[in-house]
Amino acid sequence: MSFFRKLKESVSKKTDSVTQKFMTGLKKTSTQFVGAISDLFAGRSKIDEDLYEELEEILIGADVGVTTTMELTERLRSEVKERKIKEPSELQPLLMELISEMLSDKQRESKLNLNEDGLTVILFVGVNGVGKTTTIGKLAHRFKSEGKKVVLAAGDTFRAGAIEQLETWGERVGVDVIKHQAGADPAAVIYDGIQAARARKADILLCDTAGRLQNKVNLMEELKKVYRVVKREVPDGPHEVLLVLDATTGQNALIQAKQFGEAVNVSGIVLTKLDGTAKGGIVIAINHELNLPVKLVGLGEKADDLQDFDADQFLHALFKEAMEEEMQAE
Amino acid sequence: MAFEGLSERLQSVMRKLRGKGKVTEADLKEAMREVRLALLEADVNFKVVKSFIDRVKERAIGQEVLKSLTPGQQVIKVVNEELTALMGGEQSKLVQSANPPTKIMMVGLQGAGKTTTSGKLVRYLQKQNRRALLVAADVYRPAAIRQLEILGADLNTPVFSLGDKEDPVVIAQRGVAKAKEENLDYVIIDTAGRLHVDQEMMDELKRIREQVEPDEILLVVDAMTGQDAVNVAETFHSELGLTGVVLTKLDGDTRGGAALSVKAVTQCPIKFVGLGEKTDALEPFYPDRMASRILGMGDVLTLIEKAQAAVDAEKAKELERKMRTLSFTFDDFLDQLQQVRKMGPLEDMLAMLPGAGQIKGLKNLQVDEKQLSRVEAIIRSMTPQEKENPEIINASRRKRIANGSGTTVQDVNRLLKQFNDMKKMMKQFSQMSKGGKRKKRGFRFPFMQ
Ligand SMILES: Nc1nc2c(ncn2[C@@H]2O[C@H](COP(=O)(O)OP(=O)(O)OP(=O)(O)O)[C@@H](O)[C@H]2O)c(=O)[nH]1
Ligand SMILES: [Mg+2]
Repeated sequence: MSFFRKLKESVSKKTDSVTQKFMTGLKKTSTQFVGAISDLFAGRSKIDEDLYEELEEILIGADVGVTTTMELTERLRSEVKERKIKEPSELQPLLMELISEMLSDKQRESKLNLNEDGLTVILFVGVNGVGKTTTIGKLAHRFKSEGKKVVLAAGDTFRAGAIEQLETWGERVGVDVIKHQAGADPAAVIYDGIQAARARKADILLCDTAGRLQNKVNLMEELKKVYRVVKREVPDGPHEVLLVLDATTGQNALIQAKQFGEAVNVSGIVLTKLDGTAKGGIVIAINHELNLPVKLVGLGEKADDLQDFDADQFLHALFKEAMEEEMQAE
Repeated sequence: MAFEGLSERLQSVMRKLRGKGKVTEADLKEAMREVRLALLEADVNFKVVKSFIDRVKERAIGQEVLKSLTPGQQVIKVVNEELTALMGGEQSKLVQSANPPTKIMMVGLQGAGKTTTSGKLVRYLQKQNRRALLVAADVYRPAAIRQLEILGADLNTPVFSLGDKEDPVVIAQRGVAKAKEENLDYVIIDTAGRLHVDQEMMDELKRIREQVEPDEILLVVDAMTGQDAVNVAETFHSELGLTGVVLTKLDGDTRGGAALSVKAVTQCPIKFVGLGEKTDALEPFYPDRMASRILGMGDVLTLIEKAQAAVDAEKAKELERKMRTLSFTFDDFLDQLQQVRKMGPLEDMLAMLPGAGQIKGLKNLQVDEKQLSRVEAIIRSMTPQEKENPEIINASRRKRIANGSGTTVQDVNRLLKQFNDMKKMMKQFSQMSKGGKRKKRGFRFPFMQ
């Protein structure tokens, strides 16, 4: 069975509506990225250096990153040699296969880690403006509609209006928000959040934190303190530390993942604003270079614009056109 | 620091070329490949990179550079000229309307930093004794209006708002009328973040523009943006006709190649850069400095300027001379420490030094204020001879200094090493600026001759 058929089968097992939503969000990605690659291969009569160079550009253009791109084209070159491939058209499925191999093993089980018999604490971290607070609102909405009791902790005491923003989400979704006043110690807010969540017998505590650039030593220390408080108060927590990344970000996303990872033991990525940028390449780089799974995807600004990240679906959407062509030929 | 290897690699290519009496076409190709990768790693859009490389190649070959007597240098010259041209030439100022209030409209993607930048602009204008009105036209993001109101209160600046139920076009219009009524110099309209592909939301901006006829439409762009920066800038520009760009979050460790991309596709000047979350962290944009940052060369010019603002001019000149002639002593070091503490967060300063990220000792020196006091104590325990000639500080002297300053011999050793590292860095720096006649620039790319 071909690679594409396998992929297709695994995807069709998933519910149709989810796939549909995901596909719409990624449609632009799929058409632009795959479109460029098909054009490239279709218009060529032989596999030469120019072709590899153009392929590199397409991958880099999708924010895959120079290192991963080079590795990918290196592998492609050696496979081409080994399998004695001569036709440019044969490169396309091979490339897709190599990309999917590159995704981290952890990506295969990318469900959120929840504490089934007690309080689950999830910490949200990331640089400024990536979508931490919005993602918390969306996730609160999801858990609430699953019948869980959710509490939010307003750990961003720094940015003007941040507390009010989280409160608005709390009202919108119908969950409690624990807050101190602006300028308060974020670790103290989170501490209170934990106590309140326990007292109210909540299932989930979602902790917001202020956006910070990863090279600000003081602010990273502040974040570590928040992390330590959760660790101390909740023995097996935090159950998830989610790094929120904006999909429009370039190479710096890798450094963000690395630095936040070292500071607070990030367990997964939320990739936001995928409804806009049309490029999903960053995911490949993060997966491959840092072995960090993407767990959630933001596809808009509304409460239900959040999806689980599913590698198969992602590839499916990314390579949709290529797949259809391949299957027609079969 | 982000792409430490980048500038090193680039410099080594340039060094190789420079030394060559004869540059073959293959040499040139290899060099251009390296330049290309360097720019791509800095997130410059691949199409922009491509046309850049093509231009350099064409000029290098077209001008018969390869057959000239100093081909390596000629190629370097071409690379440099093209890069500067690409970044844009002179610094570009904020427009001032003959018919106040000057109307500024802030636009951009979600999370780019429009609201914060609006506040920073107010602060910037206040420093020039100009008064502004902030207009809260983001009715979508929860608490966006509240955010602007808090900023306005901090800045002692009025904020015009009609709540989040009114049409942003009406809010903008009435905001401008209000500013006129109050005889204010500027009115800054903070619009909601939106995707460039969201046609309905882009139409809203067009309607605001038609009603208000802004003097400036500033696109706020996150410096960390990747390849998509071109699409974003292109669309905003073609829909609205931008007049300028503000690059935010440049205090991070991104190379900021998006700056090149945005400049290339819109031809709009980058007017300001955001360098922090506080309202005074906004600075005019200098194209040449940005070019050096993209190539990983630090921002020595800004650093020197900051030093000049904090230190008196005489002292700064003296310091510059000492840095150049490498006659920098522990006395100066102590003096510097005290001055630097006046200049702002030390980490920000250090980030501007070329190669600062590579020097381990310097990195450790970063933010630990306690450590700074220890350093001061150590230096104060040195004899004048020791301060002048740290080489003479042997084991027994180290012990004495440690005792005298209430620190340990390890602390003393560490400081001596840091001082050495710093000197080494200054040596690099002074070699960079040597050999150039354009002295007043003070800083040059290492591959310039
Ligand atoms: N189009 C789109 N916009 C999003 C998405 N997620 C968040 N946003 C928007 O991005 C902007 C910033 O989101 P926030 O949730 O405030 O980001 P944050 O990380 O909490 O920001 P700070 O607290 O300021 O660091 C808001 O305008 C959100 O509506 C998404 O998936 N798609
Ligand atoms: Mg937030």
